[in-house]
Amino acid sequence: MSPREKSLVPREQPTTYYGRPIVKPPVWKPEIPFYFFFGGLAGASAVLAATATFAGRPALARRAWAGAFVGVTVSPLLLVKDLGKPSRFLYMLRVFKITSPMSVGAWLLAANGGATSLAAGLNLLDENRRGGAPEVLAAALGAPLATYTAALVTHSAIPAWSEARVEMPFVFAASATASAAGAAILTVPADEAEPARRLGIAAAIAEEGITALMHKRLGPLSESYEQGTAGKFQKVARACTAAGALAFAAGDDAFHPSPRRSSFLAHRAKKDERRARLRSALSMAGGVLLLAGSVCKRWSVFKAGFQSAEDPTQAVRTQRERMNGSGA
Amino acid sequence: MAGRVVDLNTPAWPDTYGEEARPRVGFFTDTSVCIGCKACEVACKEWNKVPSDSEGFSGESYDNSGELGANRWRHVAFIEQKLPVGVEDGAPDDLVAEAARQNLVEQGLDPHADEDGFRWLMSSDVCKHCTEAGCLDACPTGSLFRTEFGTVVVQEDICNGCGYCVVSCPFGVLDQREDDGRVWKCTLCYDRLQGDMEPACAQACPTDSIQFGELDELRERAAERVEVLHGRGRSEARLYGEDPEDGVGGFGAFFLLLDEPETYRLPPDPVVPTRHAGTVWKAAGAAAATMVAGIAAGFLGRRG
Repeated sequence: MSPREKSLVPREQPTTYYGRPIVKPPVWKPEIPFYFFFGGLAGASAVLAATATFAGRPALARRAWAGAFVGVTVSPLLLVKDLGKPSRFLYMLRVFKITSPMSVGAWLLAANGGATSLAAGLNLLDENRRGGAPEVLAAALGAPLATYTAALVTHSAIPAWSEARVEMPFVFAASATASAAGAAILTVPADEAEPARRLGIAAAIAEEGITALMHKRLGPLSESYEQGTAGKFQKVARACTAAGALAFAAGDDAFHPSPRRSSFLAHRAKKDERRARLRSALSMAGGVLLLAGSVCKRWSVFKAGFQSAEDPTQAVRTQRERMNGSGA
Repeated sequence: MAGRVVDLNTPAWPDTYGEEARPRVGFFTDTSVCIGCKACEVACKEWNKVPSDSEGFSGESYDNSGELGANRWRHVAFIEQKLPVGVEDGAPDDLVAEAARQNLVEQGLDPHADEDGFRWLMSSDVCKHCTEAGCLDACPTGSLFRTEFGTVVVQEDICNGCGYCVVSCPFGVLDQREDDGRVWKCTLCYDRLQGDMEPACAQACPTDSIQFGELDELRERAAERVEVLHGRGRSEARLYGEDPEDGVGGFGAFFLLLDEPETYRLPPDPVVPTRHAGTVWKAAGAAAATMVAGIAAGFLGRRG
């Protein structure tokens, strides 16, 4: 329903107990949305890096491996900070439980940390490395590292998270890919950056598309993502991601002056150089914007969970609709 | 339910506990006889040494303790309801009085000012000790476990305070204690069970609103109680959480309610998140595969 056509029938307000929440809001601290971001950056960067290694693009590969390594190093630190002490992270490695995305994720992070560190080290030591088992392993563990955090929130009793269970991993995958492309663009020379640029643009478009689909399917529950603090983060994320993709598209491939510099027309060469600098600046700005967009996206999803939990009518309405649906 | 043969000595979870498995125990909380005395809240706090957590004056009827959490394992809800007694505006006073009296007999509505009946709903809430427990499935350390009595308990020495159980409980039972970061909840007095004693809240309850026992037997008792109430015209009496076919496989601690569950801050149709695990993992896997394919595709085409 568009904002202009307002329903004349007021939606019936479900009964609540003094407006108190039915499900508890998360107890997670701000480290967690940043962990979602760094885990995504690490995972997508590992896939990007491995592909670049195998595709014979050592410059892009080495930067992306560095990005992945930073991601897998920062991630456990954020988790330890949230838990309070290091030993508490190790408690998660006592058991493996497929019923708990938290357990699966702890193991993924630990395994990916090892594989990525090894692959990153080998690629930094040997510029001409063609790739092997460590790269394959890091990429194979990196992709789920980027999407399991979506499963972590949708495998919960919080309505706006749980009901987004089909789309959320795709939103996280797209956001992670955009952040990996953004990080790569910041460090990679122009002549090696083309795949990252294309990925950044494609991921930004995919993220917007899947998010729109997710909100549509959530119906009234999408309020949690569109209002309050979550809504603000969502708007900033959307603006940053769109602007970042546009900057990437405008930036094209010109960090360095174009070959036309050797043109006999001096003024033409100067113009080219100015344009090249502008394009370079645009690409850098695009990288920063995509990274910022990815951070804000995770914050938006994180905050949406709190807002959904704090509104008991969401749980009641979702469950009543399900009961009526199956009862009819 | 009627006519079902109850085997009182069926051990709960024999696969896990073998010889040590005991029959599954739980609570039947019959809210129709709850008088809101809060003896259960006090007894629970005292026996389990649960810290104080006063919220001050809430303005929510006689309820100043709010809801279940890390420092409240029993919670008494107070609901004040004004319901029409069913006479037209401007009806003679004696007709209103008669209708109100009728309502008192039939529905427990007390006469109140105007043409409204007034009634209290009181209910002592507690951890449901679900057959399919979301908290237990979510716990990444194995801290939450199923006891030999079929109850769900947190082992505090290995709880790492990750908080995943908090968002995995459809009832909002678990919460983190701010000082130590760990999660605490009702243990159904595990220590007392091991000493063949009933839980502190059930022992303290002066009206037997909280009944403790073997779950199968409690379900029989509850079915009988609903029949009695229906026979007295209390058609709004219904059981909540007694059905093993529900979204959490039935509660270990279930209720008799006099209104819809949401009136008591209870979800009308709770479903354990694990029921959706298949979709959750498939979507995460498909998204991961799509990401790999998408990134690989970015390297195709002209070499720029």
